[in-house]
Amino acid sequence: MGAAAEPFLEVEGLEKVFRIRRRAGRLRRERVEVRAVDGLSFTVPRGEMVGFIGPNGAGKSTTVKMLTGILAPSGGRLRVAGLDPSRERVELTRRIGVVFGQRTTLWWDLPLRDSYRLMRRMYRIPAARYRENLDRCTELLDLGPLLTVPVRQLSLGQRMRADIAAALLHDPEVLYLDEPTIGLDVVSKSAVRRFLADLNSERSTTVLLTTHDLGDIEQLCERVLVIDHGRLMYDGALAGLHEVGESERVLVVDLARELPPISGLDGARTLRTEGPRQWLAFPASASAAPLVGRVAAEYPLVDLSVQEPAIEDVIARMYAGRTG
Amino acid sequence: MRLLLLYSTVLRGGFRRYATYRVATVAGVFTNTVFGFILAYTFQALWSERPRLGGYDEAQALTFVWIGQAMLATVALMGGGFEEEFQQRIRTGDVAVDLYRPIDLQLWWLASDLGRAGFHLLGRGVAPMAVGAFAFDLALPSEPSVWAAFAVSVLLAVLVSFAVRYLFALCAFWLLDSHGVSTLSTLLGVFFSGMLLPLTVFPGSFGEAVQQLPWAAMLQVPADVLLGAREGGDVVAGWGFQLGWAAVLFAVGRAVQALAVRRVVVQGG
Ligand SMILES: Nc1ncnc2c1ncn2[C@@H]1O[C@H](COP(=O)(O)OP(=O)(O)O)[C@@H](O)[C@H]1O
Ligand SMILES: [Mg+2]
Repeated sequence: MGAAAEPFLEVEGLEKVFRIRRRAGRLRRERVEVRAVDGLSFTVPRGEMVGFIGPNGAGKSTTVKMLTGILAPSGGRLRVAGLDPSRERVELTRRIGVVFGQRTTLWWDLPLRDSYRLMRRMYRIPAARYRENLDRCTELLDLGPLLTVPVRQLSLGQRMRADIAAALLHDPEVLYLDEPTIGLDVVSKSAVRRFLADLNSERSTTVLLTTHDLGDIEQLCERVLVIDHGRLMYDGALAGLHEVGESERVLVVDLARELPPISGLDGARTLRTEGPRQWLAFPASASAAPLVGRVAAEYPLVDLSVQEPAIEDVIARMYAGRTG
Repeated sequence: MRLLLLYSTVLRGGFRRYATYRVATVAGVFTNTVFGFILAYTFQALWSERPRLGGYDEAQALTFVWIGQAMLATVALMGGGFEEEFQQRIRTGDVAVDLYRPIDLQLWWLASDLGRAGFHLLGRGVAPMAVGAFAFDLALPSEPSVWAAFAVSVLLAVLVSFAVRYLFALCAFWLLDSHGVSTLSTLLGVFFSGMLLPLTVFPGSFGEAVQQLPWAAMLQVPADVLLGAREGGDVVAGWGFQLGWAAVLFAVGRAVQALAVRRVVVQGG
């Protein structure tokens, strides 16, 4: 077996149990176990970009924390580049990059550039390498005008782009992103997605992308891992996930004027209309292009957008599909 | 060497971030100056009743007041240093982000707090001292060597102060609400450092005891060095006292930190 085939992330029967005390009645307190991660197994080869999705509370963040080594597993086996993250955390820090959507590593009161200089010292990045990486990130994430701005003045989208750059200056072998697009505006979201796609193809950085936005996955990941209640529900292509759950996407079209509900397009049904705007559901595993083409040919189309199914719905359908 | 570069970058950052708050600096200088006048008039009344109280003459007592006001922000006697941000990061769980970076948490915050102290020494120390010297007859030394010895003592005072605040801040790992702990820390700092009244004024064994506590290393010792109440060997002994407390408290801080980190790593933030 060659080195290339060796998995880069190895997760086997991974468990994390939190023991918390909870109030039960006026005075009594009871101990409860929360099985945040419950026997999770998967592997990711070097250079792959994997989507890691699931509803709120599924155990995604807990898994990412264990992969970074800041949380020790309660059971199971975990290897990142052959290292045990919680035991060899310090060695691993130089080889991984992490972005938690809700947390920042940047220096709040100082210009963005100062935080990057600090990263340079922290990870001992050689000067030429640092320049090159910073220039690249600045250009692709459009950070140029922001470098002299104090971090506290950045918008959420700007801060997120800045944090992603900060996580990449030291050329990590793997990048963990925990909800990097949550709450972002459309422009920032697409800049982040473009950047990640580029990072993965040009630098073959392994990327684990945690999100509950199926749009992120759709545009970035060929493979998706779905977890719920700490367990792996699905491992495969996104299209396959939609087939399993028979989920639907929604095409929102704005017509030039109010018209009767669009009909007669096979594979699509009109959900509702509101003035000149109509909502058409179609199978999520199908491409939107032919449908768009036919609507455009037969109706006075002004504008359109595609809504991804909510991850909660997809999972609910998976359950329904299994039991029914 | 490279570590030095990292922590000096953090230190400079600490300096610069406080320098960005100009209004807060001006307000702080104003408060220190007003507080200095109130204390100075009180001390004048006290010392005219009881000359040589605590072993100081009136000019020395007034000088003590203004040293206290000039050092108040620098040694963060009433808080206002790194600890607020540190506790905030612990409470929100952001401290997890700090744990996967290749840094030493304690040295990181020390560097940042030294930068802050450096700024506060210039930004909030010089002006009140100048006003005090202008308005009152102060017993300030003219020998540069005394000022140099004072500077060393101030640096050591910041180290001790940092180590104490670090310990208090770590409580946030166990307590949901650490306001009470912060208030306690401030009270102890104000009272036992000698800021309200020189520790030498306290009578008997209580007076002896408070002079052995770490808070004495934050103001009483540096003030005595500048006032000439400590000379020669006593200056070195004062430094030794400060260094001793700094070393002990740093070690305790590291041990407690290790417990706190283990708690986070095993139980989650
Ligand atoms: N430190 C903790 N202590 C107790 N329970 C926790 C802790 N961290 C997470 N949990 C619980 O574990 C489960 C998974 O949480 P998380 O991994 O954050 O989910 P996700 O990121 O998928 O939304 C949730 O039920 C959450 O309440
Ligand atoms: Mg999460």
